[in-house]
Formats: sequence, C-alpha cells, structure tokens
Amino acid sequence: MSTKVEKDQVSGTDTTGHEWDGIKELNTPLPSWWVYVFWITCIWSVGYWVVYPSWPTASDYLKGTFGTTNRTELHETMANVAAERAPYMERLAALDVSEVVNDPELLNFSMAGGKAVFADNCAPCHGTGGSGNPGFPSLQDDAWLWGGTLGAINETLHVGVRWDANEDTRFNDMPAFGRDGLLERDQIEDVVEYVLSFTNRATDAAAADRGAVVFEENCAACHGEDAKGIQDLGAPNLTDAIWLYGGSKETITETVVNSRRGVMPAWGDRLDEETIKMLTVYVHSLGGGQ
Amino acid sequence: MLLKKHHIVEKNVFFLILGIFMTIIIGGIVEIVPLFTMEQTIEKVEGVRPYSPLEQAGRNIYLREGCYNCHSQQIRPFRDEVERYGHYSLAAESMYDHPFQWGSKRTGPDLARVGGKYSNAWHVAHLIDPRAVVPESIMPGYPFLAERKLNFDDAQAHLETLKLVGVPYTDEMIEAAKADLYLQASEDAAYDDDFLARYPNAATGDFDGNPAELTEMDALVAYLQVLGRMVDFTTYNPQMNLR
Repeated sequence: MSTKVEKDQVSGTDTTGHEWDGIKELNTPLPSWWVYVFWITCIWSVGYWVVYPSWPTASDYLKGTFGTTNRTELHETMANVAAERAPYMERLAALDVSEVVNDPELLNFSMAGGKAVFADNCAPCHGTGGSGNPGFPSLQDDAWLWGGTLGAINETLHVGVRWDANEDTRFNDMPAFGRDGLLERDQIEDVVEYVLSFTNRATDAAAADRGAVVFEENCAACHGEDAKGIQDLGAPNLTDAIWLYGGSKETITETVVNSRRGVMPAWGDRLDEETIKMLTVYVHSLGGGQ
Repeated sequence: MLLKKHHIVEKNVFFLILGIFMTIIIGGIVEIVPLFTMEQTIEKVEGVRPYSPLEQAGRNIYLREGCYNCHSQQIRPFRDEVERYGHYSLAAESMYDHPFQWGSKRTGPDLARVGGKYSNAWHVAHLIDPRAVVPESIMPGYPFLAERKLNFDDAQAHLETLKLVGVPYTDEMIEAAKADLYLQASEDAAYDDDFLARYPNAATGDFDGNPAELTEMDALVAYLQVLGRMVDFTTYNPQMNLR
C-alpha cells in the first residue's frame, strides 16, 4: 500500500495515499455545512446536560434545571386526561348505571370507553364483540346466568364469579354427581336423556321418564321444576338450546359427572367505578341486554 | 497534531485492544456502576417477595419456552401503556428476577400485570390452543404443558442458588421448598397459614383442571397469576419515586 499523497488530475483533490490494486482513494473533505451542524450538536449537548437529567454522581445524579422525569411527565399527562374526562366521569359517578343510558351524550361516551376496555379485558374470554367461547358465555344472546339487566351486569362485573378474593362474588357450586358418587351411572344416563328431551333430542323415552324422577330429586332445586333455571342462583336454563359448555350428550354427561366451575375475575378490584359503568353499558348493548 | 497520528493506534493491535478496553471501561463506569451506588435505583415498596417454588418452576418454563421473545414484562410510563396495562412497572417489582423480563419487543401483549386478569381455566385453554379462545391470535399452542409432569425435584437447590445471588429466601423457605411445590397446587394451600405467610398473595389451588397431577401447566399458570400482584399500591407513594 502506497502512502504517497498526490493530487488527482481529474478532480484536483488530494488522495489519501491509500492504493489497492491501482485504485486510489480521494481525500474529499466533509461538506462544510455538515461540519458546522456537527459542532452545533456538540454545543447543544452541553445545554442538554444542564437542563435534563444527565451525569451520575456517587449516590445520585444531576437532575437538570427543568426537573423533568418520565414519571412526572406521565403524571401530568394523566392529570390532563382526567381533567378532560372529568365532566363525563363526574356525571357517570353521580348517576345510577340504569340512568346513564338515558343521557345521549353520556351513552355515547360510555359506549366508546366501554368498547376499548372490553377489547383488552373481556374479549380474551368472551370473544371480540362478546360472541362467547366454550365455557365463557356469549354476551349477545338472551341467556344470562346472573341476570342481564344493567344493574345485574354491573354487579357481576364488580364481584366476579367464583372469584375467591372477593367476598361478595357470585357463587354457586353444582355437585359433581358422578365423581362424588351422588348418582349411579344409569341414573346419570337417564337424567341426561331427560335433559336432552327439553330440546327434543331424547332417543330413549323410557330412560327420559326415569330421568325425570332423578331430575326432580337432584336438579330441580337449582334449575327449577320446569328446568328453566333460577337466575338468583346462577343456575342456567336447560330448555333454551343455549349451552355454555356444549349441548352434545357427551358434554352434558361430563357436566353432570364432574360439574363445572367457571371463574370470572372481580373487575371491581382492577377497574374503577366509572369504567365499570361504561363497560356495563357496552355489554348491555351487545344484543342480550334486558 | 494527535489527530494526524491516529494511524499509529489503528495499525497496532495492542493499542487498538487497549483503546477498545478503555472505552468500554469508561462507558461502564458512567452508565452501569451508578445503578449500584444510587440509593434510589430500586423503589422502597411493600409486598415484593421471592417467588414460591411453584412460581419459580413456572418461571423456568416461561424462560425455557422463550415466552420473552414475544412478551415483555415492563409497563413503560406512557399514557397508552398505563391505560391499558395498569400502573407502570417499578424496578422493585423485578428485583428478585434472574434474569429480569423487561423489554419493548411485543408481538403479544405485555404480561407485567397479567396476574388475576383472567381465570385459570382461560389460561389453560389459551395455552393449549390460543385460537380456541382468541381466534385472531398468532401465538403457538403449548398443549404438551398439560401432559408433562412437573420435574422440579431440585427445587431446594434452585432456591439456594437464587439465595446466593441475593434473593432473600429464608432457611424455612428452602427447607419447605419441595413440600410447598405440591402444597400450592392443592386446595389446602388456601388454609395453610405458614405457606401464606411465606408467600403472601400467591394464587393457590389446582390450576390446570387436573388435581390428580402436578404438571408444567400448573407451574406456568401459578407464575402468570402472580405477575404484577405483589406490590401493595395502596401504600405506595409515586411522588417519592419520580425519575
């Protein structure tokens, strides 16, 4: 490699003196505007050190004259957001959830807010738009385990279902009739046949008749004499062809044998009062609200 | 001029290594060392405790399966994150994490406060087949977790090792590690005052819907259910920890 700096004939610029296989490199100076900008940023950084948090010291750091921190900025942002929402939030707090829907402006606000909160917190189980999943009820149909009025939905959202951490949680406990030996195998087969007969799917009329007696003695206390469910107990209607865990003979048998114990978190522990009201209004609007 | 002599450093391997070494040392002294000497790096909070053996086992599975490739555990102090995930993460919340799970690479959502957000049954259904509950999900399924028996016979050794690097496991915790592993996934744990004193706020009971066996699914769900639930925010004053 040659180190001889020479003047390039074509451009009139010096070379760096580097040469590879006859190829020489020009030593073109940086554009002066670039150099000026570079030095300006160097000077700018000194100012930045002064006003923003910068250098560490032994047990602390230079805070900067602006006193800026990420967390202060966030708290300011959130305070502004809260102030913007305050006119709505105050009215939401003051009104009962059943009255919120009568105020068009508040209804609009709640639907938008409720939709956003639903998408993050509720949709994973209940599906986008509340269409439901096996074991996680649809919120679009007329079947409500614990009630579909605004008040009942609001309460369920607050306390959850079988959520141990909340004292007031919605709770019931269907016995595991098979696993715990409360019913014999043939009794279970009979009662399943009887349950299938509600939706005209029984194939063995004699078994269904025997099952009616089993139902009367074991199931009617919660599901009702007419099997239409008792909402106060969270016992589902068995005659409406809406099935939380599936309506096939196999799944119904599984339910009778092992019971089901669906759980919903108590959102009152995670979300504030006003947000839950917005969520209530949104859920109520999905199609099944009563 | 020194600037004209830089080719001497650049052409000598020894000087070049020395130069790189000095640069890294200076960078380290300025950027890393202060984190250990600054008193306010880790906030003073109430409630953060070492992971229970079952949670620790779940955490190991979380790392083994590379969950961190898509999920961070760090809620940054920005409005959009705080409104979605809850209070921004504190350094104190991951002070017993080895290694921590911070990051901003989110193919899936942040999990720093996923504890208590969904039911155990949902986690199990979702881990077995995410599309079964979230049709638009692109997360892979982990159905084998529900079938594999949890192998954490060396729970005590794990806890001892973590103690060595500064996690304050007590002798009592290490002594009971193996028993606690099984206890937490049983119905008895909720009534066991000793266990609850060792690991307050731990989710207890059967997690995977199969009480007969302790599976990797039990461990992972137990871990997920405690994420973000340790700090008592009612006694936390954010004004004391502005930075």
